[in-house]
Amino acid sequence: MAGMKMSAMRTAEAVAAIPMHHGLVLAAVLFALGLIGILVRRNLIFILMSIEIMLNAAGLAFVVAGARWEQADGQVMLIFILAVAAVEVSVGLALLLLLHRRFQTLDADAVSKMRG
Amino acid sequence: MEFTFYLSGAIAVAATLMVITGLNAVHALLYLIVSLLAVAIVFYVLGAPFAAALEVIIYAGAIMVLFVFVMMMLNLGKAAAAREQDWLTPGIWAGPAVLASLLLAELGYIFAQGGTAAGAVAVTAKEVGIALFGPYLLGVELASLLLLAGLVGACHLGRHEDVHHGWDEDERHENG
Repeated sequence: MAGMKMSAMRTAEAVAAIPMHHGLVLAAVLFALGLIGILVRRNLIFILMSIEIMLNAAGLAFVVAGARWEQADGQVMLIFILAVAAVEVSVGLALLLLLHRRFQTLDADAVSKMRG
Repeated sequence: MEFTFYLSGAIAVAATLMVITGLNAVHALLYLIVSLLAVAIVFYVLGAPFAAALEVIIYAGAIMVLFVFVMMMLNLGKAAAAREQDWLTPGIWAGPAVLASLLLAELGYIFAQGGTAAGAVAVTAKEVGIALFGPYLLGVELASLLLLAGLVGACHLGRHEDVHHGWDEDERHENG
């Protein structure tokens, strides 16, 4: 209830909606969290999830920019990012299954040694 | 209407934090789905309803289902029943459930108010389609090529196990 009143007041005094940099900050925070996830975790499932988070944050940045100039280009780029994410995750999960089958583990360090 | 943006953003950040600090992959996946749904609401509030729908259908729907399938395949034969029992305790799904119900309440509020945030102009699916199949047609073709390459690659990697089917039987002999 308080939020509704606050929002109504804010819309009354400022027609310009959410500032662009707030959306970009959100995208940056999500991207940084994904990057931290990749750097910290050793489980391949979590690494793949962190990659998804980062791709999603990049798409969010595109949509925020597209909404700022009221153009469709941001959403078009989000669609391309979705295609890239789908391909990446399918190939990544197939590799993960192969790794699990061969080494019985999901530790990324298990495949740090090459045979050659 | 703006507070829905900030609330969704806070939910997305909190859920993502739970994803990267989670110990159990399935719990982390639940939080990741909540995070994606929160980002979808952010898209809607920003005036991108088509992107919001795609985010829910493709990201939270299709891609996350891939993760779920792979986890199902990985967990086979590993005291799955006992773990299932652990997962049904309320503490585990309470967090994602609370965040998701917050998102649902937000969605209800948005639909009750109608439309997007004040000042934000909704870019409809029609405009996106016109842009996608107009100036970005080459990108669509490249994306289709990429999807085909991913299909062939995943197919090849998945078929590898059939080619070396003898391995499984060898391991089974060693274990048994």
